Amino acid sequence: MTSSRFVRLAPAAVSLLSIVALGACRKKPQTTPSADTTTVAPPPAAPNADSIARAREAFVRDSIARANAANAAALERARAALAATVYFDFDSSDLREDSRASLDARVPILRANPGVRLLVAGHTDERGSTEYNLALGQRRAATVRRYLADRGVAEARIEIVSFGEERPVASGGGESAWAQNRRAEFEITAGAENLQLPRP
Amino acid sequence: MIASYSRLASPLRTAFAVCAVVALVAPSRSLAQDTTRGVRIGLEYRTGTTPGVIVLPIRGSDQGDSVRAIIQRDLGYSGRVVVAPLAASDLAAPGLGGGGPLDYAILARLGAHAVVQPSVTPSGLHVAVHDVAKRQVLQTGDFPLPASYPGRDWRMAVHAASDEVLRWITGTPGAAATRIAFVRGGQLWVVDSDGAMETAIPTVGAPLSPAWHPAAELLAYNTYGRGSRVVLHDFRTGRARTIGGTPGGVNQTPVFSPDGRNLVYSHTPAEGGDLYLVPVEGGGESRRITVTRGAINVSPSFSPDGRRIAFTSSRAGHPEVYIMDADGTNPELLSPYVYGEQSYQSNPDFSPDGRFVAYQAQVSGRFQLKVINLRDRTVRQLTSEGRNEDPSWSPDGRHLVFTSDRSGTRQLWVLDVETNVARQLTFGAGGTRTAAWSPRLQVAR
Repeated sequence: MTSSRFVRLAPAAVSLLSIVALGACRKKPQTTPSADTTTVAPPPAAPNADSIARAREAFVRDSIARANAANAAALERARAALAATVYFDFDSSDLREDSRASLDARVPILRANPGVRLLVAGHTDERGSTEYNLALGQRRAATVRRYLADRGVAEARIEIVSFGEERPVASGGGESAWAQNRRAEFEITAGAENLQLPRP
Repeated sequence: MIASYSRLASPLRTAFAVCAVVALVAPSRSLAQDTTRGVRIGLEYRTGTTPGVIVLPIRGSDQGDSVRAIIQRDLGYSGRVVVAPLAASDLAAPGLGGGGPLDYAILARLGAHAVVQPSVTPSGLHVAVHDVAKRQVLQTGDFPLPASYPGRDWRMAVHAASDEVLRWITGTPGAAATRIAFVRGGQLWVVDSDGAMETAIPTVGAPLSPAWHPAAELLAYNTYGRGSRVVLHDFRTGRARTIGGTPGGVNQTPVFSPDGRNLVYSHTPAEGGDLYLVPVEGGGESRRITVTRGAINVSPSFSPDGRRIAFTSSRAGHPEVYIMDADGTNPELLSPYVYGEQSYQSNPDFSPDGRFVAYQAQVSGRFQLKVINLRDRTVRQLTSEGRNEDPSWSPDGRHLVFTSDRSGTRQLWVLDVETNVARQLTFGAGGTRTAAWSPRLQVAR
């Protein structure tokens, strides 16, 4: 069951790679004009002109690569923030301090990307009623949606679903497994392919 | 072994002493198919309250051993008689199973209050029950058997004969001709009341929480995840259809009204959810019957007269069992608050006589079955071994099927609420849950 979740996330990862690739393609033409300017304004036929041009090109290329890498890393962090799982206490849909911080971190990203849509899946641990747990999972997902909506994210962008206790990520009894299973998971269902970083 | 042996009444003790070998027989496994002579450990023989029964061997039919085994097991599982564990070879003498008029004196010494004498005829099964004390035939009957030996229908016909035989002996029919629906491994299953004939039911999505229509022709269940809905499976056609006009959110825990006309289920669109009522036929609209802002309301169970509904609600902040009129009015807390720990009580099920509600309650961090008497609101805890959840009454009100992890994995168990003796019903992969006991599927009269 967990593997299916990762399978679903895989396309998002692939599209992120393609963002990085596309970004690199788009910016590459700028290197050609700067190369042209060096040829248009010549110190004529100096023996080291070629090597200066080459060094300059390399510098530009590297800084673009660095900028792209930084950008990709920031995008990856944003994507991870959007998809970070939040956790709950037993028989509770109240948002804990750590869960609120986790949700707060994704508010600016969601505001900067009105095209992004989320699927929030509520889960419970195996204790208690199977049936009550299915409703409790829905309540957890709805609580997350309400929290984000109260902070300016349109409710229509967030679909909620419950799997109750049916899809644990940690097996076995004991509080550490239960704690990992009492959660809301996030899936980016639209807008992942051209994610924008929020302005600082 | 000695302690258990000495609990036996003296006629049985005499008889079993003759058998010489006292052997351990695995509990809850087929008693009747076991040909080891001896005493079943844990046998609850209570003189004066539980009649002893001997089922005579059936001669001259290749179906005889199966019929005898099924009847013996059904009668034993009923908890209302004690079946003497005698092998066919123990009963080979004339006057016992060997032909000729019955020797009531010896049968009485073997512990029998009643003797069941089945025979297989061309048209089916003929059964005579003898009253040993009165030394006469108590009742006889013929039960047609389908040709599908040893298939599901054939077994069900034998179960129906067992139920009628039990009515002759005790005045109350048994509940052997029933099945139990449950969920395991993302699939819906039904199994006969004796644990035989596990059969998968095709579903339109990942199923939970099956519920039987009172006529047993329909089985409702719900799917979960995206597009969660309540589905009716029709055993007659094998077809499934969606019921309920509340798309989106969680639609779950269907239950039929006792007249079979309506279905009540829980719809949880967001933070909270309510119970809704929808007609089974005619495509009528769903009508909300609980009104609680933001609370969870799930797991309804009708009283047998259809006038009350017990259900689980979080309206007090945590799950408790409530009871209300079937139209949603006059809700009140049913499960008494448990002091000193986080109270969590859920999954009520009305007994068939309407006098009790069974439910699950957290006791010292573990769930146990409890039953509340509706007249005086006294509560009795029924289980203490392992974790026990989600009770469903047998149609005779004597047993509960429930989920327990006492064997190491979650399996279905059947509890005799009078004797507190439990037997394991399922032995498959773990995670067996949400059991629902059917009404009587076949009544042989």
